[in-house]
Amino acid sequence: MAQATFEEISAADFFYRNRDIAGFTNPTRAIFAAIRELVENSLDAAESIKVPPDIYVRLSFEGEASEETQIYRLRVKDNGTGIPPQHIPLAFGQVLYGSKYKLKQQRGTFGLGGKMAILYGQITTHQPALIISSTGGTRIYEYKIMIDIQKNRPVILDRRITLNKDGWRGTIIEFTLEGDYLRAMPKILEYFKQTAMVNPYANLTFVDPKGRLYIFKRATATMPDPPTETLPHPYGVDVELLQRLIQITTHGNMLDFLKNHFHRVGNVTAKRFLEFSGISPSKNPKKLSHDEIVRLVQMLRKFKDFLPPDAGCLSPLGEELLRTGILKELKPEFLAVHQRKPATYSGHPFIVEVAIAYGGEISQKNGFVIYRFANRIPLLYDEASDVSVKVIESMNWRRYKVAPDMPIAIVVHICSTKVPYKTVGKEFIADRPEVRREIANGLREVARQLQRFLSRREHADRDKKRLGVFSKYLPRIAEFSTKLAEKDKIPDIERLLRNVRRYGVE
Amino acid sequence: MSEPERSVLEKRKEVLDKLRGLGSRIYDQLERGVFPFIEMPVRSTENIYYDHVLRQFVLGDKRVKRSSRNIRHLKPFAQLVWAALFSYELTSQRKTSTLRDVYYSAQAYEMTFKDQQESNNIITDLETVLGYSREDFSIFPEERSAVFGDLTIRYTVPGYEGKTLNLTSHPDGVMIGPALTSAEFEETSADKVIAIEKGGLFTRFIEENVHKKFNAILVLTAGQAPRATRYFIRRLNRELKLPVYIFTDGDPWGMHIAMVIISGSANAAHLRDLTTPDAVWSGVWATDIVEYKLPTDPLDDIDMKRLYELQKDPRYQEDPLWQREIKTFMKIKRKAEQEAFSRYGLTYIVDEYLPAKLEETGQKGKTK
Ligand SMILES: Nc1ncnc2c1ncn2[C@@H]1O[C@H](COP(=O)(O)OP(=O)(O)OP(=O)(O)O)[C@@H](O)[C@H]1O
Ligand SMILES: [Mg+2]
Repeated sequence: MAQATFEEISAADFFYRNRDIAGFTNPTRAIFAAIRELVENSLDAAESIKVPPDIYVRLSFEGEASEETQIYRLRVKDNGTGIPPQHIPLAFGQVLYGSKYKLKQQRGTFGLGGKMAILYGQITTHQPALIISSTGGTRIYEYKIMIDIQKNRPVILDRRITLNKDGWRGTIIEFTLEGDYLRAMPKILEYFKQTAMVNPYANLTFVDPKGRLYIFKRATATMPDPPTETLPHPYGVDVELLQRLIQITTHGNMLDFLKNHFHRVGNVTAKRFLEFSGISPSKNPKKLSHDEIVRLVQMLRKFKDFLPPDAGCLSPLGEELLRTGILKELKPEFLAVHQRKPATYSGHPFIVEVAIAYGGEISQKNGFVIYRFANRIPLLYDEASDVSVKVIESMNWRRYKVAPDMPIAIVVHICSTKVPYKTVGKEFIADRPEVRREIANGLREVARQLQRFLSRREHADRDKKRLGVFSKYLPRIAEFSTKLAEKDKIPDIERLLRNVRRYGVE
Repeated sequence: MSEPERSVLEKRKEVLDKLRGLGSRIYDQLERGVFPFIEMPVRSTENIYYDHVLRQFVLGDKRVKRSSRNIRHLKPFAQLVWAALFSYELTSQRKTSTLRDVYYSAQAYEMTFKDQQESNNIITDLETVLGYSREDFSIFPEERSAVFGDLTIRYTVPGYEGKTLNLTSHPDGVMIGPALTSAEFEETSADKVIAIEKGGLFTRFIEENVHKKFNAILVLTAGQAPRATRYFIRRLNRELKLPVYIFTDGDPWGMHIAMVIISGSANAAHLRDLTTPDAVWSGVWATDIVEYKLPTDPLDDIDMKRLYELQKDPRYQEDPLWQREIKTFMKIKRKAEQEAFSRYGLTYIVDEYLPAKLEETGQKGKTK
């Protein structure tokens, strides 16, 4: 019998072996995913300091890799925070290293995306990545790095410091990767268009390998308020997190521990909870046994009287900006946007924003055009599995006088400190009843507005048609009866037509 | 009982006056700044009654208002006024047209009709509004029937005005078209009219000199008699005081051909002058089938259903003959065509049957 061998693999190795789950499935998906991850990092970096993002993406052809794939050089430049020099190697050279493990709404969550792109480039082209960044100080830092996959560590090949004469702030990332741009192109362009839609305050520029320039100009400089960081809500806590909190806490009793580490837990609520769960307020949290911790998590979930999380940690787009973005990219004839009140699922606050647009540049196909967004990221793959699509499909659209062949676009944006993605690839949202309910209620609201628009339009159409009929036949009647009565002068029918215009007659 | 029939010319003048009157009414309404409207009797079944004095269906008192104020009425209203103008021009220029023509002519005025049915309906509306049948305002049907016999007519149509024609001049008979319909009757030696359902028999009668042997004007109805033919038969009856005998197939449909000549149809309840109440149905009766032992076919379900309908029809209550024949049909459940007499030889029908039936039905056929 063969001896089983055990080995430990690093996080980088794990994701290298399982790059599918992060969206780097094939040369087509990979090139799309790389652009997407870097653009999202750049958007985060600019938004976190409330600067309207200026993002420049260039993809250039480097050479043939195989019959189907080419080597491209990808360069992404932004005007975001920049990265302090001491963090640069790790931020781009160590998987699961990031600044976004906090409880606030951001695009990045896993500490993985940018590195996956670089890692993919490295394993397909064996070239280092170049990172140039400045936080706006006197210097610009340049790093050439590769990732040691087995150790999950960055290897710094070169490091240069230049003077920041112009006071530039931002980050440039450049590396080569293998891919199939021709196949990926439609999705990439769609990605930019949709990103522009939910980030109407961003300037996006894309130069593709053929030298074609795509510019998505910002329509406003107004940005949503950045989210504030927040403590975990008791309903969203698991054993893992609780253990981590106990480890770092400086509070020596349960009452203070609860009051200081949990979202919306004050003195009164903490006391009532401890009474409910039969835990002594003076107990030292560090003394809790494993079983007690497990029980505490269960009690936290059972207790009914925690206040719901507040949504200050969320940064929804807002109805105004959503409207601006959709008008800019779809130029619809009619648009209704609606933001739901904050809601929660398992202790995580979330806000659903929906919109419905009619006509304009929306194509008329059989079925709606559906735009799905999460934390201002367009979701372009796996549409059929997404909760929004399920909700849209289960709605009785005929009730709203909506027919499947109308040029209608539906936009669903969900923002949350923890978007319930089904995979690390961040492509579709799981079907949670709370989320489903919010989406459904939101859609009903905008659908009602669409219905009002459609029936108003139908009325206007009918009035126009009616006037058309009268304008066509009354003059005929006048003409024929004049001839029939053997008169010379045709009677004036303007007065009758005015009546029709004013009252619509019968 | 009959009022003297108006002369063809008089009638045309009346029709023209009515048409012009319709135009003036609409014109005045427009001048006054109101949406023009017209009223006419309702033509649907709940407003159709049988008039025992006139011995035909008539319309009751229910009336509809067609107003150009109502968007649904607007197009038909314009079409009606157009049809009135079209008929007015035809009639005053003494031209004629057909229903099919009307449908196409409208397109020249950008008054397209959706289909033939729509334009036919508008013409029927115009008949109802005016109380005249469309032949009176120069719109004739496509189907044409024929007449043969010693009757001299004088044309009134342009180009033939004053010319005369004897209706024996063509051995196939003379077509009952607009020219004949509007002709005046000059003189005749005939003392009766025999109307025949089928062309074959009509030709046989001419060949066998029925017109001479029986002193008759022969009219081919060619199935259900067109309205122009019904009007023509009425004129023969009214103006020349000739009794009218009708010979049809021996089945419910033949029987009804005779009935429509006598009492008209519900479809024409809005019209007068299309009936000949004194005409008689001389055969082929159900009782003839029995008596003459004619070769027969069985009555099928549709025939039987028709018989039940006719049994309840007020027109069939007038004379016990109808009920008796209907019952006989129902009993024997057989039908026979006019040609069935050929089993006794080609001339049997002329030599034996016809004189017998003229004799039998002659009593009642006498005109007053
Ligand atoms: N353009 C940038 N400007 C400033 N900081 C950046 C930029 N790109 C990356 N970073 C920093 O590097 C960290 C790692 O980025 P990475 O994309 O690997 O993970 P993430 O964005 O945190 O999570 P995710 O896996 O969801 O993308 C980020 O958390 C951020 O702090
Ligand atoms: Mg990221």
